[in-house]
Amino acid sequence: MRHHLILRVVTKLLIGSIMIFALYVQFHGDYSPGGGFQAGVIMAVGFIIYGVVFSLEDVQRVFPPWLVHKLAALGVLLYAGTGIVSLFLGYSYLDYTALSPHHPVHGQHYGIILVELGVGITVTGVMVTIYYAFTSRTPIMDDEAW
Amino acid sequence: MTAFAVVRTQSLFATAMLSGVFSLLSALLLVTLDAVDVAFTEAAVGAGISTVLMLGTLALTSRFERPPSHSPVIPLFVVLVTGAALVYGTLDMPNFGDPNAPAQTHVAPDYIGRSPHEIDVPNIVTAILASYRGFDTLGETAVVFTAGVGVLLLISGLRRRRRKEKEDV
Amino acid sequence: MVEEAVRDWEFFLGHMNYWLFIVLMMTGFYIVVAKGNLVKKIVGLNIFQTSVFMFYISIGKVEGGTAPIFPVDMNIDPAVVYSNPLPHVLILTAIVVGVATTSLGLALIVRIREEYGSIEEDEILKIEKEIALQEIRLHSEVMGERG
Repeated sequence: MRHHLILRVVTKLLIGSIMIFALYVQFHGDYSPGGGFQAGVIMAVGFIIYGVVFSLEDVQRVFPPWLVHKLAALGVLLYAGTGIVSLFLGYSYLDYTALSPHHPVHGQHYGIILVELGVGITVTGVMVTIYYAFTSRTPIMDDEAW
Repeated sequence: MTAFAVVRTQSLFATAMLSGVFSLLSALLLVTLDAVDVAFTEAAVGAGISTVLMLGTLALTSRFERPPSHSPVIPLFVVLVTGAALVYGTLDMPNFGDPNAPAQTHVAPDYIGRSPHEIDVPNIVTAILASYRGFDTLGETAVVFTAGVGVLLLISGLRRRRRKEKEDV
Repeated sequence: MVEEAVRDWEFFLGHMNYWLFIVLMMTGFYIVVAKGNLVKKIVGLNIFQTSVFMFYISIGKVEGGTAPIFPVDMNIDPAVVYSNPLPHVLILTAIVVGVATTSLGLALIVRIREEYGSIEEDEILKIEKEIALQEIRLHSEVMGERG
């Protein structure tokens, strides 16, 4: 898609706002519709758009595959780790009261933010991984066939 | 409806596009059903990611479907019988939007009533997702992760092997 | 008499949503059963899945209710009716899991295409049969030599 100038300029403008919107959805999920799952998907869309309009090499230079794989695993770890922390603090698994024993409501807030962050990271990682996996195969037919 | 167009068309490219349109329309329907969170997800996932994935698959396989070799009468019969059975099942269901339906009277009022002072998060969906049903969500996250690993195992392993074969030659 | 007609009409309208989703679900089911193309089958499964999602969400809808989000200042008006948030949570996660499993299916299709050179069900079955026959022939030759 080298020759589509308008497409490339508009994409450059859009990617920034897509990412900021993803972060907004991620951290504002307590107050408005949104949360980790949606934010993860939107974030992944930001990277995928870059890959579609420019090229796979470009996007992999920004967001290398090894980092994506690590992030996907890190998200699950963050989620499960939150549960383990509350276990060690003497509460039951995933009981967020443990994070702030004197103020259970605050503990819930911290817990929800951590867990949503874990979900978001995993979903981003997995979606981008899947995209990389599909596009890094050499296509059987070329672009002109479309 | 778009779904019927999907049945008829033979071009797989059109199918992929129509399925994107289909999920966008269903997102609109979900908004009217008060499920803003869900509509949000459906719009982002259905219209964004799955269309890209479908196109990626089509680029790796073929674009057109061959005309079916067997007659559609038997599948149509099976589908009609199943549909009739399901319609028969709905006759006992409560009316749409009925506040006294069983689904509305058990845990839901409990969640709506308790979450303001226990969790103090305005979005009840987030509160249930991350706190009351944290185990569920942990499981779902693990499933998503496993699916990602599965895709990696399925399609990125072969390339390395091929390169090795080439080196051997 | 009029009362009965009104009740019938309410029953009809109240169950319309279920019937619509059943029609949608059966459309998806028909694609899965009748079409030979594997990509088409995946799209059919997706339609099936979406109809189940909408069925769940429509169960959670309460007459006159609004989206289950409190005002930001947490001054909750007890008169406001909220729709049931539980199905929303379940479906929200199900959608994302659904797209992940769909991509797994598509990855399988890509691999099948590479092995068999086709994504039509009947062609794949034909190729499978040939391979099986060849193997049987090979085995019987080996056994024959031994005997």
